[in-house]
Order: sequence, then C-alpha cells, then structure tokens
Amino acid sequence: MNDLILKEVARFLFPFIELYGFYIVFHGHLSPGGGFAGGVVCGAGFILYTLAHGHKALYSLLPRHIWTFCESAGLAFFIFLGLVGIFVGREFLANSSAGFPLGRTGELFSSGLVFLLNLAIGLKVASTVTTLFLNLEEED
Amino acid sequence: MQNLDYIAAMLLFVIGLATMLFHSNLIKKIMGMNIMETAIFLLFIASGYVTDAKPPIALAPGEAAVNPLPQALILTGLVVSVSITAYALALVRDLYRHFGTLNATTIARRKGSFT
Amino acid sequence: MRPLILALILTLTAVCLVLVALEMPPLGNPSAPSQASPTTAYYNKQAVTDTGCLSHVAAIVCDYRAYDTLGETTVLFTAIAAILALKNSREGSAGE
Repeated sequence: MNDLILKEVARFLFPFIELYGFYIVFHGHLSPGGGFAGGVVCGAGFILYTLAHGHKALYSLLPRHIWTFCESAGLAFFIFLGLVGIFVGREFLANSSAGFPLGRTGELFSSGLVFLLNLAIGLKVASTVTTLFLNLEEED
Repeated sequence: MQNLDYIAAMLLFVIGLATMLFHSNLIKKIMGMNIMETAIFLLFIASGYVTDAKPPIALAPGEAAVNPLPQALILTGLVVSVSITAYALALVRDLYRHFGTLNATTIARRKGSFT
Repeated sequence: MRPLILALILTLTAVCLVLVALEMPPLGNPSAPSQASPTTAYYNKQAVTDTGCLSHVAAIVCDYRAYDTLGETTVLFTAIAAILALKNSREGSAGE
C-alpha cells in the first residue's frame, strides 16, 4: 500500500496502540481486560503497521525468528509457572499456596501468579494474532 | 418479553445456520459459523446477568454482582473461535489455490477428477 | 425445491429454539439456577481474599480455572502450528 497519509498516521499511532495494549495486559487483575484483550490490541497494532509499511518493515522491526520464539515462549512460560507449584510441593498452577506473594490488593504488582500468567498470555496472543495475519496475508 | 436476550441469541443462531446452509461460497460459510458462535456467546453472557447488579470488579462487601463465571468461560470460547476461524481460512485459501474457486458445490463436483 | 425444504427446517428450528427461550428462567433473576449455585457465591465472596485480584473474571481465568486457560493457550498454539504446517507442506510440494 502506498498511501502517504496511511503511512504517517500508522507510524504516529503505532507506539500508542502498543502502549495501550501493554496497559491492558499489566492491569489485567485490576480492571477489565487481561492477557487476551491486551494481546489482541498489541497484535492489532502490529497488523496496522504491516498493512501500512509492508512485511519487510515489520521484519526489520522484529525479525521472523523472534515471532516464532515468542509463540513458544508464551506457552513455555505459562507451563513453567504452573510447574513452580509442583516443585514447591503444591498442586499444578497453585497461586498463594505455592509461595507467590499476593501483595496489597489494588496495587499494580500484586496477586502473584495472576499477574505473571497475564504477561505470558499477552505475549502468546500478541505473537499469535500477528503471525496468523502474516501467514494468511503473505503473498508469493 | 423478559427473555429478549435469549430470544435474540436463538434467532441469531438460526441466522448463522441459514447463512451456512444457503450460501455455497466458503468464506460466507465461515461467516455463518462465526455468527453462530456469537449467538452462543450472547446466550451464555446473558445467562449470567443479574438485574441491578454491578460488574464483578472491586466490589464493596455484600454488593450484588453479575455472575463472573460465564464471562470467564466465554473468554475461553472466544479463543477457540478465533483459532477455528483462522484454520478454516487457511484451508479455504489452499482450496482456492488448488481449484481456483470458492464455490463449495463446484469443488465437491471437481473433487473426483483430482485425487 | 431444496431452498424450500431448507427454509422449512430453519423455521422449525427457530420456532423450537424461541419456545425454549420463552421457557427459560427470567433474565436477570438472582435465584435462577445458574446464579444460585454455591460456586458463584463462593467466587463473589472469596475471590479478592483468595487471589488478590480486584477483577473476579481475572481471578477465575488465571487462578481458579488456570488449567482451562492452559488448554486454551494450547488451542491457539495448535492452530498456529497447523497453519504453518499447511503453508510449509504447500511450499514443499511446489518446490519438488
């Protein structure tokens, strides 16, 4: 696509969309949203960037192997967090009983496992949405 | 007319089913499937609604809240719906590459000549 | 002929489903079976003290039913793996 206005607006909006997505992911335990919604917002930002500037620009921003790494890393981080519960002698995916600090309710860094799981899900969903788009759209 | 949400969900489901049955275009079939999924989400979310209750966030003790369980379950359903749609679209794209058409009837007729 | 039969079947389905919807417990009734279950009462009472989340939905998704969420993440992973496999198999067969 070769539209100057689209390119400039996408370049201007891209950081703000990503920031908003990160905000939703990080506040998943305090406000509506969470890993899925925030991940989709982040992915939509990358999709907008790709639509405006093309695949090469996105891959120069974040190369292809980083996307595939994020896919697996999100799921692996999730399973690792679950296994922590088993290593300390509790059940799979245990939260406070596995020693995750709950913190003070209402603060950003609180509620232990929920916060970390939201991060893992956000990483996974953002990379998946973007990769799905890239694979369905890619022309050869 | 208390159950307007349920009725709307049921009608939406039938609309999606009709889209899947009446159109032979594969993309429109996928759209119909998505409409049916949306109808089920609407039914579930509506079943968790409580009149004059707050959203289940930062409640004061003793305050009535809507049922958070259907919302959490539908969050799962949304992801499955996205995965199914993406995979179906990938399959349809491959079918189009192979047969040069999106018409399900034509593809079924021509399938005999290919193996 | 076929569209007529289809329309008839669809109308029958719609009538049956709407009749079911009319029979369901009234919308927003706190004593409906889906609301009155002890699980819901437990979640509404204990979610904040158990998990430290203000949002009950996040508490259910990421703590009480985190195993569900693991399954759903696996579904996403499987979908993307299947799509990549389709793409690679096509490129492989085109190259031969």
